Amino acid sequence: MVIEFLIKLVQGIGIGALALATGLLFGGIARKIMARIQRRYGPPFTQNFIDLFKLFSKSSVSHGWAFDLGLVAGFAPMLAALMFLPIGSFTLLPSDSSLIMIIYLMMMAYLGMAMGVLASGNPNSAIGMSRALMLMAGYEVPFAAVIFSVYLFSKTGYLTQIVAMQSGGFMNWNMVKMPLGFLAVEIALQGMLGEKPFDQAIAPAEIASGPMVELGGKYLGFGMIQHSVGLFLETGIVVDLFLGGAPNFWIFIAKQFVLYFIVVLVDAILPRLRVHEATSFFWKLPLFLGILQALIVIIQGGVINV
Amino acid sequence: MSEWNEIVDYFRGRSMWMLHYCTGCGAIELPPTMTSRWDMERFGITPMATPRQADILLITGYLAIKTLKRVVYTYEQMQAPKWVLGFGSCTINGGIYWDSYNVIERLDKYIPVDIYIAGCMPRPEAILDAFVKLKEMVQKGEAKGYEKYVKNYEWYKANQDRVLKRTEPVLKRIEKVTKIG
Repeated sequence: MVIEFLIKLVQGIGIGALALATGLLFGGIARKIMARIQRRYGPPFTQNFIDLFKLFSKSSVSHGWAFDLGLVAGFAPMLAALMFLPIGSFTLLPSDSSLIMIIYLMMMAYLGMAMGVLASGNPNSAIGMSRALMLMAGYEVPFAAVIFSVYLFSKTGYLTQIVAMQSGGFMNWNMVKMPLGFLAVEIALQGMLGEKPFDQAIAPAEIASGPMVELGGKYLGFGMIQHSVGLFLETGIVVDLFLGGAPNFWIFIAKQFVLYFIVVLVDAILPRLRVHEATSFFWKLPLFLGILQALIVIIQGGVINV
Repeated sequence: MSEWNEIVDYFRGRSMWMLHYCTGCGAIELPPTMTSRWDMERFGITPMATPRQADILLITGYLAIKTLKRVVYTYEQMQAPKWVLGFGSCTINGGIYWDSYNVIERLDKYIPVDIYIAGCMPRPEAILDAFVKLKEMVQKGEAKGYEKYVKNYEWYKANQDRVLKRTEPVLKRIEKVTKIG
């Protein structure tokens, strides 16, 4: 019993480290891609690892216990959500409600971060956080509609089973079976990752990087870790829901990277929207696609007879 | 322990985040340095939005006494391994403002400057040259301006106070004014 627990603990730490390394690598490659689009040479793709190392070697200043606690409360739910995510063929904690669990924990992470950065008392971080939460109210609605249709389609909330139902080739993927839902999630993912045109929360030239304004040194390092793990988690859940999961870890991160690559390309060409424009956009096109998909699933699946 | 410090210094030199305090005409040299023509991001140098996040404070151009106050605040908000670059001849000897009544002449009397970039204006090549030089100094462990500031704080503080007291609002000193009158 104790041995089993210890093995799970070590595996959990391993998954966390792997997610962090993948997220940092993706971020570094994205910087390189962005540089090449702008006809620059760009930093080395390991730059994010160097930045993280440097941040943890700096001194840092705290803004009270709520500030410290908020960073932990922002990071811990992300790690917890990773434990329920099927990564390749491996799931640390199989649970028959893992989908709901992950959605819930992802939202908790944002609320934890909000508590932390608002404790700093800087008006810019308050503006940034209010924008982040308003944007969340935007993209969570179409995302929830799509989750609802996946739930109805697969008749289960067990992610491993959803992945298993998509096995056996490209035509079985939910992306092909529910194209409208996939499109809605792809747009919502842009908002979740905070890339342009939905980067209102961390607009650097406008509100001095918003929530991160008072984070320095090790605290900013924690923010970077949180962003990287969040990147892994949010692309990972879309891979599991729509791209048929993966038989092993390498194919899993390859599929994640394809998703992230699209996000980066869109980020490179679009300007920033205003926050109310972004939210109302999420409540129009992606929500319409999501609800349409849910209706199609309901009619096809015979949940109600028309 | 010294090996560990060498590793830390090596990576600090490879990743330096910059806060640019643009007061004068020098700001115009920075967009070409950042964007595709000269691209400073290949050295791991990125502009940052706030002093908390930054490692380098780049002062471009002249500092009036009132702006000096803000620069000192900014410098003291930055986190410990931090470096200052003085850009242009205004930070070295006042430049064309050498005889102005409200502009400071030498920046390193008030905050410790690690590297000066001479010229009026220094070209983007000169800025990149300074960044590479700073990187070498950081990696050798020579750029210790922030430790100098802590050690000689009384001297810097006295210098700052000597000029900053001239920024006090005149109306608060009304009895002094009336005495003179």
